[in-house]
Amino acid sequence: MSDPMQEIRASFFVECEELLEGLNDGLQAMDDGDRDAETINVCFRAVHSIKGGAGAFGLDQLVAFAHVFETAMDAVRDGKLEVTPEILALFFQCGDLLYDLVRLARDDQELEEDRLAPVVEQLEALVETEEEAEEAVDFKPMTLSLDLPGLAPLDAGDGEGDGAAGDEARGENAGEGDGTGPFEITFTPLPDLYTSGNEPLFLLRALAALGTAQTRCSWDTTPPLAEYSSATSLLTWQITLETDSDEAAIREVFDFVDGLCTLTITRGAGAPDPSGSAPKPDMANDEPAPPASGPGSTPPPPAPVPDTPPAATAGAAPLASPVPAAPEPEASAPKPEPKPAPAPAPKSAAPAPKPAAQPKAEAKPAAANATVRVDLDRIDRLVNLVGELVINQAMLAQSVAAADLGGNGAIASGLDEFQQLTRDIQDSVMMIRAQPVKSLFQRMGRIVRESASGVGKSVRLTTEGEATEIDKTVIERLSDPLTHMIRNAVDHGLEDADTRVAAGKPAQGNVTLTASHRSGRVVIEISDDGGGINRKRVQEKAEEKGLIPPDQALSDSEIDNLLFLPGFSTASEISILSGRGVGMDVVKTAIATLGGRITIASEPGAGTTFSISLPLTLAVLDGMVVRVGSETLVVPLSAISETLSLRAGDNRAIGPHTQVVQVRETFVPLIDLGTELGYSTPRQNYEGAIVLLIAQEDGSRAALVVDAIEDQRQVVIKGLEESYGHVPGVAAATILGDGQIALILDPSDLLANASGLSRATPKLAEIA
Amino acid sequence: MTIADPATSPDPNAETAELELLSFHVGDHEYSVDIMAVREIRGWTRATSLPHAPPYVRGVINLRGAVLPVVDLALRLGLDVEEPTDRNVIIVVDIGGRTVGLRVDAVSDILSFPRNALQAPPEMSADRDHAFIQALTILEGRMIRILDLGAVLPGDTDVAA
Repeated sequence: MSDPMQEIRASFFVECEELLEGLNDGLQAMDDGDRDAETINVCFRAVHSIKGGAGAFGLDQLVAFAHVFETAMDAVRDGKLEVTPEILALFFQCGDLLYDLVRLARDDQELEEDRLAPVVEQLEALVETEEEAEEAVDFKPMTLSLDLPGLAPLDAGDGEGDGAAGDEARGENAGEGDGTGPFEITFTPLPDLYTSGNEPLFLLRALAALGTAQTRCSWDTTPPLAEYSSATSLLTWQITLETDSDEAAIREVFDFVDGLCTLTITRGAGAPDPSGSAPKPDMANDEPAPPASGPGSTPPPPAPVPDTPPAATAGAAPLASPVPAAPEPEASAPKPEPKPAPAPAPKSAAPAPKPAAQPKAEAKPAAANATVRVDLDRIDRLVNLVGELVINQAMLAQSVAAADLGGNGAIASGLDEFQQLTRDIQDSVMMIRAQPVKSLFQRMGRIVRESASGVGKSVRLTTEGEATEIDKTVIERLSDPLTHMIRNAVDHGLEDADTRVAAGKPAQGNVTLTASHRSGRVVIEISDDGGGINRKRVQEKAEEKGLIPPDQALSDSEIDNLLFLPGFSTASEISILSGRGVGMDVVKTAIATLGGRITIASEPGAGTTFSISLPLTLAVLDGMVVRVGSETLVVPLSAISETLSLRAGDNRAIGPHTQVVQVRETFVPLIDLGTELGYSTPRQNYEGAIVLLIAQEDGSRAALVVDAIEDQRQVVIKGLEESYGHVPGVAAATILGDGQIALILDPSDLLANASGLSRATPKLAEIA
Repeated sequence: MTIADPATSPDPNAETAELELLSFHVGDHEYSVDIMAVREIRGWTRATSLPHAPPYVRGVINLRGAVLPVVDLALRLGLDVEEPTDRNVIIVVDIGGRTVGLRVDAVSDILSFPRNALQAPPEMSADRDHAFIQALTILEGRMIRILDLGAVLPGDTDVAA
């Protein structure tokens, strides 16, 4: 962190991620049929900015690749290249490669050339065909930049040279007839620009490198000698720039001095007419300027003014081409702070472009929400502190209750407010950590493309609910299981094209990824429109592997759940993608550690849907505090559908050791929590016992018997895994108001173990 | 036979370096651990018991906001066990990056002697105790047992059971 370069580098890579996301978005939009010029522009700019940044850090491989990519994209942008699905597929591939390159570059590594070479070749082939066509018709963009060396002298040159070159440049531009004129750039450094060590010369050189630049320097005010200080900034540069680059590229040059200068950029409409007369005002500007340096007093700035308006009135209206703005300059004139009093009149010429440019510049920040990049560690620290605050608040409330001060209204209401505030703070802090799942989904787009080409299927990924927000940690830890499931969907879920067509489905398979909020949890669904789970084969396979006893009558959902058994893999052939023996059990475990659950719904012939239900955050949960034996436990409120107290006859024995509870018209297995957790022995009589009815995502239910319900409150989750290890049936721990630790139950894990399915598995495996 | 150096020693090569041990009582027996592994010593508080845990895991306690598993050393070493009282203490030790509390009856002393005074325990396979002893030494006529902290911790297999 001490090295400033390292920090800049780090922020470059963060930016890269955003840019890549933008690129991916754009490509996706194009894939969906959006052919808007701006969409292509966004993609282009993203690649261009990556290239620019990479160049600054000497990441040559990245620069080289981005350049080729950018060139191809430029051809598309200019309409010289038709967007076809093939080209889009190539662009997607390029986007993926760019992602890899950025990743590797961050670790100071490079990609193997043989991965790049074929793609680069394809890109170059694209551009070449386009160039051939273009050469016949039009000027290549390159031709202009070839003029560059010749232009260099212009910067330093005298007025005549400038004018002549200006003519030429304009002529060329007019010849291209693309209706865009030169950029008019007014650049006035503020004193801070100099004090921060920037050098206008370099900026001007960088501008000149973009195309043909005519640069004029002027100063509007020379203060009385008494007021003059070497630190004041008096110079203003006006640059007329002929370039193929867009405004963004020009702004990029001034990126480093953003906020340190007054900068306006306007683009004159390059009608052939003004191109001839434009040099006139230019020369007028140029000529008075040098003499001005002699007298060094106020007169010089006004000089260009009289010149310009005549030119405008002359009908040629070159600078007035950004015309609509013309009446406004007076209004905006006072803005340029560096040149105050005498300015208004003279300024009208120079700032004429301003009104046109400024709204644009202002519109940008308005569109994007202002954001701050914060180190994740700091947020985590805040989250932890808020967690402590919540515990502390609970302890305080408990001591107040213990001290019997409840009768004091002020204390009671103060406590209530405190509790409300604590909760609000907690929610806000959690919001900071929440992030849209978009980035995760985008990565999955790549997985689909790669795995589809790996198995030779044509697959389309549809995503919904990308804006759904989940805790950042959840997003990170979801990446691997989701990748695995997407690969499964492509490899096992979808049939090959022939089978699909035979079944009357489109040849292209579809994998849908959706995210949504559902009753305090986030549900992510991965569905394919494939053949559904072949239940017969799944059962055979499980029997073959000794995971279940043979010839057992299993319900559909039980068979589906066999997929989650360790060591289960249905792929008869081991493909490169899946079937390496690490199967859905790993996915299930990963989801479970996130406090999530996974369920399957499959319809033969129509497809399979995996639903992952996740908590919004890993740090807090609403729970019901219950007492079981001598222990206090917390049951997640989201799992409890109702609580009831048993009457005689509600529970029936169904076997020697098992009982069910009749809840209205259904029977629900009864689980004595004390026995299940080893806190107490089964009770003789369940009459009057308090029961929590647990309902799970997959529809299964259970009745948990507890001794008492004590409270309902928000608890802070403290991981148990890292300090001790996994405890079956227990999700985590929390600290209660009295400082004691209470365990947080994981009802689904508890039920899975209690219902016997997962407990039976190891035994059977041993037999086999 | 070479002497196994305590894993936590700062410089295992320094044979003559002074070794400091914290000694404590479990029942009638005196044990000790390398003082460098000890994070703190605190009084006994009731632990929240963990289901499906081996019996010697007393449970977890709240150590300033962190969840700390507590191992009852007497149970772990197979000694006679009395129910914990307020006079018992928990020695919080760092074992390979994990922090664990050890319930002992009382802390007695800080001992210090050269590293080369340590002896490996004689092999006695019948004594299940000895798996937990890393080294022995004699100090003022007393036998000092140095506990192998790594062996005390519940292993993964224990937890899964």
